[in-house]
Amino acid sequence: MNVQAPLTHQDFKSDVKPIWCPGCGDFSVLSAVTKALAEHGRPREQVAFISGIGCSSRIPAYTKVYGFHGVHGRALAIAAGVKLARPDLTVLAAGGDGDGLSIGGNHFMHACRRNVDMTYVVMDNQVYGMTKGQASPTTAPDWCNSKLTPEGTGISPVEPVRLALAAGCNFIARGFAGNPNEVARLILEGINHPGFSLIQVLSPCVTYRPEQRDWKQAVHASDGNPSQLVAEAMHRLASDDGFTTGVLFAGNRQAFMPPRRGLGSIAELERKFAS
Amino acid sequence: MAGYSVSVALTGSGGAGAMTAGQILLDAASKAGYYGLMTRSMGPQIRGGEAAALLRISSRPISSLDDHYDLLVAFDWGNINRFAAELPLAAGSLVIGDPEQGEVPEPIAKFGARAAELPMKAMAAEIPGGRINMIGLGAAAVLIGLPLDAVLSVLSAQLGRKGEEVLAAATQALKAGAEGAKMLPEVAKLPAAPVDGVKRWNISGNEAAGLGALKAGIRFVAAYPITPGTEVLEYMAPSLDKLGGALVQAEDELASINMVIGGSFAGIPSMTATSGPGLALMTESLGLAVASETPLVVVDVMRGGPSTGIPTKSEQSDLNIAVYGLHGDAPHLVTAPNSIGDCLSTTQWTVYLAEALQTPAIVLSDQAMGQARALIARPDDLPYVANRLVAKDNAEGYLRYAVTESGVSPMAIPGSPGNNYVADGLEHNERGTPSSQASDHHAQLDKRDRKLAKFAYGEMWADIEGDADVAVITWGSCTGPVQEALIRAAEKGIKAKMISLRLILPALPEMMAAALKGVKKVLIVEQSHSEQFYKFLRAHYDLPAEVAVIAHPGPLPIRPAEIVNRLVAWKK
Repeated sequence: MNVQAPLTHQDFKSDVKPIWCPGCGDFSVLSAVTKALAEHGRPREQVAFISGIGCSSRIPAYTKVYGFHGVHGRALAIAAGVKLARPDLTVLAAGGDGDGLSIGGNHFMHACRRNVDMTYVVMDNQVYGMTKGQASPTTAPDWCNSKLTPEGTGISPVEPVRLALAAGCNFIARGFAGNPNEVARLILEGINHPGFSLIQVLSPCVTYRPEQRDWKQAVHASDGNPSQLVAEAMHRLASDDGFTTGVLFAGNRQAFMPPRRGLGSIAELERKFAS
Repeated sequence: MAGYSVSVALTGSGGAGAMTAGQILLDAASKAGYYGLMTRSMGPQIRGGEAAALLRISSRPISSLDDHYDLLVAFDWGNINRFAAELPLAAGSLVIGDPEQGEVPEPIAKFGARAAELPMKAMAAEIPGGRINMIGLGAAAVLIGLPLDAVLSVLSAQLGRKGEEVLAAATQALKAGAEGAKMLPEVAKLPAAPVDGVKRWNISGNEAAGLGALKAGIRFVAAYPITPGTEVLEYMAPSLDKLGGALVQAEDELASINMVIGGSFAGIPSMTATSGPGLALMTESLGLAVASETPLVVVDVMRGGPSTGIPTKSEQSDLNIAVYGLHGDAPHLVTAPNSIGDCLSTTQWTVYLAEALQTPAIVLSDQAMGQARALIARPDDLPYVANRLVAKDNAEGYLRYAVTESGVSPMAIPGSPGNNYVADGLEHNERGTPSSQASDHHAQLDKRDRKLAKFAYGEMWADIEGDADVAVITWGSCTGPVQEALIRAAEKGIKAKMISLRLILPALPEMMAAALKGVKKVLIVEQSHSEQFYKFLRAHYDLPAEVAVIAHPGPLPIRPAEIVNRLVAWKK
């Protein structure tokens, strides 16, 4: 019998060179994803990794699983299609705050409530990097460093984890790119938790938001007792500063999967029309 | 008009039951052995509002409404002006109204048809639980010579589960209407039902499209409801479950097309159905399917446009967006069924093509076929099933987008070891790695173009009938009126050839050149305001010097007489 050594995180990394800037938080997320997949232990061909458009959405090509780099904002729809058509696969989706919460905002809400068994990693850097530094839906209203909104956006940012909780997301966690081991653990927990799991990763953009280097001082671990009750989690997150890392909510809703009884045949369908 | 068929319109305002009566009449015709067709004309109201069941019952297979109705039974005249133009009548036609409703209104009276009265409301009131539409249905059946037994048999099958009282009331009303009709003037009567031993189906275009897709192997559907495409999905949802597949309702059309891309990427033949506004939302991701070479099918049941347009009525005006709507150079497939039964065949064929060519395909059906129900000969079984070129496991140096002679590259399906790749809407090299290099772009553009251009589409590309130096080129639901027009023209000694395009994109200039050999004049027939089909033909095909166009927008159908008149005028 040919016994193969278990795959390491290196086995999940491809040889494609990332387009990311040196120091980008997304490098850590890539390490965390490959580490989580290695620990998850499924063969590479049993995993599908789906993304949209943006700096962080390039991530599938840097791994060695099946991937789809789609259009802007639709990663969750493609990912849901993969999982609903092929329930046997492990499905991950990833992207940035603009891709997931602005152009893809409607899919985000419905992915949370649909609760298809998959894990979504949002690399949040509060900026559109690929288009050279515009405000995203998670950007503070008074951030004035974009030529597009020189006076700031003047509108309240979205808090992804609160939005997810309100929309019915079944597993919510937050990590920080500066702590890839914790991110890997959160992703693995998300994969193992039934239904739709959101992992928000604070992933600094060193090019357009260099001040985000200070995030490492701001983050702090949660108490390690994630709420299982929506109301309780809602209460906690209402006063959260946005820098608490760890599992924030772990619900117990069943994952959605339409029935496929397969009890009929084409001949039976045709008989219905015979007059 | 034609001696082999009788046309009947049943109209009423909301709740009068015109559609129910029409459906029973069609089913009864089916039971009695006839062929037939029923289209629906409705206002936009959810409940209430004007409705007309437009039927043609025939001893021969038919694919078109007639030029006018032989019999119009109006349960009331509410809002009749809104669709009077869709109810052409001849001098010999008969209009039956209820005297309580007053005189025949001007928009109907202007046709100069004979008029008669039947006190349907009063008659219904005398029967406990009696309804106007059953009185009218009984009268209509007797007037056109449809055996009442057939109607009663359908009635008991449909109303039986509602209880004996309901059935008894309906039966009594039906018989009262039938009795009342004996005092009314005669109208054209049906000839004897054919005894041709042909197996018949009673099916709508939307059901046929869904069944065709299932027969080709579609097992995953993601969709968002939209009129008039919804019934394709409503038919497929329980049917997919029966076949071990699944349908998911998405949050919008952006999601549905991308879920379909995901399903297909995962190896399951996948499709969606929509109508114009939904197709517009899907176009960006159709481009993604082109670039990532992900096979899928979108059935677009066309309605009046632009914008929300006329959701409940038919038009062939999505041709431009289907053909030209994608940004970039994006070769894809566009097909069009040309009859209710062909909705099955064309959709089945299209799934086969999309899968064989790893490209998105748009099937352009329309409301006139989709929401119409027909009694037709059972469509032939076709050999077309999804058969994707799949990569072998652990393919040595696997290249997802390998530049091959045919342009088609083996596709690895998740689960297949050793072949992992990332599908991409970014331009890429053969392996799939993003590339902005001119050479990669050119090579991939060439391969995506080549796979469609080189494919052998066979005889399905068009239906070609007759041989003459005059040809009528048409597509979609205009084909039925053209076929009937050519039969009538032939009776007048005028010969013409019909070319009905089933494959719209890619264009096949050599096939068309062969079909047009010896043709000196061409008449183009389509249902759009801006002559979209004519301009499409001009762009892609060489046409003879003399070309005429019959093009008008929906919701009025093209009628055979207009085509015959044009051919007659041409002959002079």
